Amino acid sequence: MEFLSFSLALPEIMMAVGSMVLLMIGVYSKGDGLRTVSTLSVVLLFATAIAVVATHGGAPKTNFSGMVIVDGFGGFTKVLILIAAALAVIVSVDFLRRENLNRFEYPILIVLGTLGMLMMVSSNDLIALYLGIELQSLSLYVLAAISRDSARATEAGLKYFVLGALSSGMLLYGCSLIYGYTGATGFPEIAAAVGGAEDVSIGLLFGLVFLTAGLAFKVSAVPFHMWTPDVYEGAPTSVTAFFAVAPKIAAMALFVRAMFDQFPDIVGQWQQIVIFLSIASMGFGAFFALVQTNIKRLMAYSSIGHVGFALVGLAAGTEQGVESILIYLTIYLIMNVGAFALILSMRRGEGTTEDIADLAGLSRTRPGMAAALAVFMFSLAGIPPLAGFFGKFYVFVAAIDAGLIALSVIGVLTSVVGAYYYLRIVKLMYFDEASGDADVDPSRGVVIVASGSAIATVGFVVFANPIIRAAEQAASSLFL
Amino acid sequence: MMEIGLSHYLVVAAMLFTIGVFGIFLNRKNVIIILMSVELMLLAVNINLVAFSAFLHDLTGQIFAMFVLTVAAAEAAIGLAILVIYFRNRGTIAVEDVSRLRG
Repeated sequence: MEFLSFSLALPEIMMAVGSMVLLMIGVYSKGDGLRTVSTLSVVLLFATAIAVVATHGGAPKTNFSGMVIVDGFGGFTKVLILIAAALAVIVSVDFLRRENLNRFEYPILIVLGTLGMLMMVSSNDLIALYLGIELQSLSLYVLAAISRDSARATEAGLKYFVLGALSSGMLLYGCSLIYGYTGATGFPEIAAAVGGAEDVSIGLLFGLVFLTAGLAFKVSAVPFHMWTPDVYEGAPTSVTAFFAVAPKIAAMALFVRAMFDQFPDIVGQWQQIVIFLSIASMGFGAFFALVQTNIKRLMAYSSIGHVGFALVGLAAGTEQGVESILIYLTIYLIMNVGAFALILSMRRGEGTTEDIADLAGLSRTRPGMAAALAVFMFSLAGIPPLAGFFGKFYVFVAAIDAGLIALSVIGVLTSVVGAYYYLRIVKLMYFDEASGDADVDPSRGVVIVASGSAIATVGFVVFANPIIRAAEQAASSLFL
Repeated sequence: MMEIGLSHYLVVAAMLFTIGVFGIFLNRKNVIIILMSVELMLLAVNINLVAFSAFLHDLTGQIFAMFVLTVAAAEAAIGLAILVIYFRNRGTIAVEDVSRLRG
């Protein structure tokens, strides 16, 4: 084990130094500097993704005296997070300009939040885990309230802050109990101290429950989801597009790592909690989305449901389950980035609109956009042969192989309920009469991102193999 | 005379933590009180960490507590900043009024 290696930490160092350089460029540029800083931050995010690919191959290595682990699992999720953040910046620029939010701090906050996410997924110690989560959360609180003249956005920021701080407190309380009852903060040391299922102390179990509750807050699993719809609705749509993808992937990956690296020998203890979270999220997400009229609120419940499906893979508690989560997260990224790119372009008259009814008759005014949105909705509903189907398929296969038949049956049933509200949007676009001057008016960045992800959603069958193989390798690095 | 052991510290921390959580959910008056409750939760965690550190003869817990203190300061700063812009928009920081968004 190397004590300290700067070359292994290259991606994080690039992001940290890069964000400060961008801040300087933003401060000293004439005009608002949004476009320059956004372009440079997209370049920075993609360059970091290349650095991640270069450093994260081979056997797992620890860094900073065991605080951080550099392995294939981290590499895979880091690439997903970086791509999600870069695409979120690309689709945001024109939206921000239209909404008079042209502040160069916006892409910099995304870069800083992404740095926190990278630290989260490679944490190998409770202290590193906490610091990563906080760096991410603090950036996200500010992003939610970045539209400071809007009462809704500031309220969203305030709610997000209060509930996020509460969840950090619970997570930390769990960390303190785990530290107290195992005498260590490093994940491998904790795993060694925990031992088998028969001698788990009640204090450690309390710590595990609090840690799980804190993480469930971050992935917005039911019953810790109450902030999600409000924050998604109140925050500017481009911020919601970012929130719905990158932090979800990071928190989900951290959840997987925290469970498998710390408690590999007491799977039975945390499996019950995860099964409960999963069933509650799938059911709640499906039923509450049925009555929504605001598309951002609908996507919030949709994302709660999708977290439930991803948790099915975690509940399996096997290497196959982790692999299915990674595939699910990849597909979730592809579908949601595209869907949000289109939602962000919805307009009525001069302003933006978030009303689902304003999508009526879109197939006649904008056939291309309607077709792309229909593809995303079919895929989110899980209809073959689109990408979303394969995500659900692998997760349920993993659960069935682990003997969780009832959980998979419930999952399939809730996904049938969920199909209703996705298909309602398709019906609105294709069979209803257009009302008034509502329109979807995409910028060039949105067109590129949306058509790219629509093609990826449709063609997932064709190029699924390399992704599945990469996910398999990444999952196996967690079980060495 | 009664010996003060680890469990006493843990009970105090658990009580403070519970008061903090209830302070967030039961308080209907003022958002500042919520910020104080959050601080109370984090301090309860610090008592836990330092007590464990002392009884395990292991310094890691105290280092952890230092990090928690630092991050709590940053968190309070951001919380107050968001509260200020919220007040500018709405002219009130009563918890009952934080309900423009449904839910």
